[in-house]
Amino acid sequence: MTRGGWRGREELLTHVVLLPLGLLVAFPFLWMIGTSLKTVAETVHFWPWPHSPQWGNYAAVWRDIPFGRYLFVTALSSSAVTLCVVTSSLGAGYAFGVLRWRGQGVLFGLYMATMMVPFEVILIPNYLTVLKLHWTNTFWALIVPWAANVFSVFLVTQSFRGLPRDFQEAAMLDGCGHWAYLRRIAAPLVSPALATSAIFAFLGSWNSLLWPLVVTDDKRMRTVEMGLSSFVQAESSNVHLVMAGSVIALLPVLALFVAMQRRFIEGMAAGVKG
Amino acid sequence: MGSRRKQALVAALCLLPSALVLGCFHLGPLLRAVGVSLHTGAIGHDAWVGLANYRELLHDPAFWASLVVTMWFVLGTVPATLFVGYLVAELLNRDIRGRAFYRMLFFTPYVVSPVAASAVWKWMFEVSTVVNARLVAWGLPVPEQNWLLQPRGLFALLGEACGRELPAWAGGPSVALCCVMLVSIWTMLGFAVVVLLAGMSQVPADVIEAARLDGATGWQLRRRIIVPLLSPTLFFLLIVFVIKAFQAFNTIYVMTPGGLSGRTGTVTFYIYESAFMMGGKGAGYGSAVALVLFGIIVSLTLVQFRVLGKRVHYGGRA
Repeated sequence: MTRGGWRGREELLTHVVLLPLGLLVAFPFLWMIGTSLKTVAETVHFWPWPHSPQWGNYAAVWRDIPFGRYLFVTALSSSAVTLCVVTSSLGAGYAFGVLRWRGQGVLFGLYMATMMVPFEVILIPNYLTVLKLHWTNTFWALIVPWAANVFSVFLVTQSFRGLPRDFQEAAMLDGCGHWAYLRRIAAPLVSPALATSAIFAFLGSWNSLLWPLVVTDDKRMRTVEMGLSSFVQAESSNVHLVMAGSVIALLPVLALFVAMQRRFIEGMAAGVKG
Repeated sequence: MGSRRKQALVAALCLLPSALVLGCFHLGPLLRAVGVSLHTGAIGHDAWVGLANYRELLHDPAFWASLVVTMWFVLGTVPATLFVGYLVAELLNRDIRGRAFYRMLFFTPYVVSPVAASAVWKWMFEVSTVVNARLVAWGLPVPEQNWLLQPRGLFALLGEACGRELPAWAGGPSVALCCVMLVSIWTMLGFAVVVLLAGMSQVPADVIEAARLDGATGWQLRRRIIVPLLSPTLFFLLIVFVIKAFQAFNTIYVMTPGGLSGRTGTVTFYIYESAFMMGGKGAGYGSAVALVLFGIIVSLTLVQFRVLGKRVHYGGRA
């Protein structure tokens, strides 16, 4: 058998395993789209595809839910969180990954320990803080508590540690200060890790539910996830509408992910090496 | 390089934003929670109770039940996600058509809105009763009603199907919890795949080629070369997944309202129930449970570092 033929057979076998697995993973999404186009009567059947697609479901949901406003609130707070996380992780990563100072190990350990704190532990005290600051129903409450993120600090620190030290020594010998080194040389070199942090921060903020539920009660401050969640509860008998709403809520994130996915995966590769 | 002193100054400046946020909204509240756990936490008549909450917790069957559920959740999701993730990553690490597409497909559940994903799964389980009825008609021993509402243990049902009555303690995780586990694996799988693919791309191709020329079979290659070289990545995933599994809340909250009276209620769910729901034991008690959970997570992470950390091979590091 020729090498090409052997390769071809191996590839076929790989697809034989991957395709069913992929279908299994994709099935809920296909089911979601199918159900969103069904009539109410059809939703009780397991077969995921409708007899004739009811595109009107989407129009009905769009009329029912002020998705425009939700999208605005969510996009604004998520973008702000992302920007803050990138900035704060870049600083912290530089301090932990490049600089040498006393107490560095202890503080890094403390940072990492924060990752293990269950969210439910800090929910009550944080709510009290927000009350005291009069931040309820403001963007501050949605943004500031998430403006730094230990996972991102970890990714960026690892990435900085991977840079050859002679880079820094050479730059400093040439009279380059910390700020200039960070801005002109180091930051661009760790940009894959920064991109990954940005996407994680954006997703985390976009998909969060419990925190916005606790700190906002004004309808004008609802996020997409909150709007969808209350819609799911209110319309539990109209599954076709719930699914149409879900599809609308998924689209922005999915579009962003598809557009950024190469960057994202390269960033993971650079960030989680060791 | 600058003097040590100057470096420390620059470091302080660089750390300021993250330290402020983490201190005020993550670490500070943790310390505050310690204070809360020593009080009743009831609004209006808050009183110092010392360690009473912790003492009560030791004799609280609901707490132990929630801990058992959490253990099942960790055992049921982490190894499965790692194993299937490894399998998919190895297949995707080959030079095949549609590689980028598959990679994106597997990662999508991790990205999408948890509320939307839980809603679709919940409804799928609801409608699948039709399929279950068909399976029962074929003589398969499956529960006919909605699996998501089935509070009986998986092993207990399997035992029954074989005509054996199992003692209550050997009932295993409830079928409902297994459904939630499945959704959790579905969500986390893509994360494992992407991280493992990143790790595999670091394994030098010539090492594999050399081993193959030396006559190493696929299985030997995996056991002796690929897995050891991947061990830092696997270790990282293990640590992250165990922490995440212990903190699981959203999927359970959306998919099984009420925690099915202790059948799917993890410790995080019990915390929420104690602190925020009517008839709960109060914020003080909830905080005590939360801190015990935090203690368990930290000690388990340390144990993993102690036991497995030594066996992790950092050969590829520059």
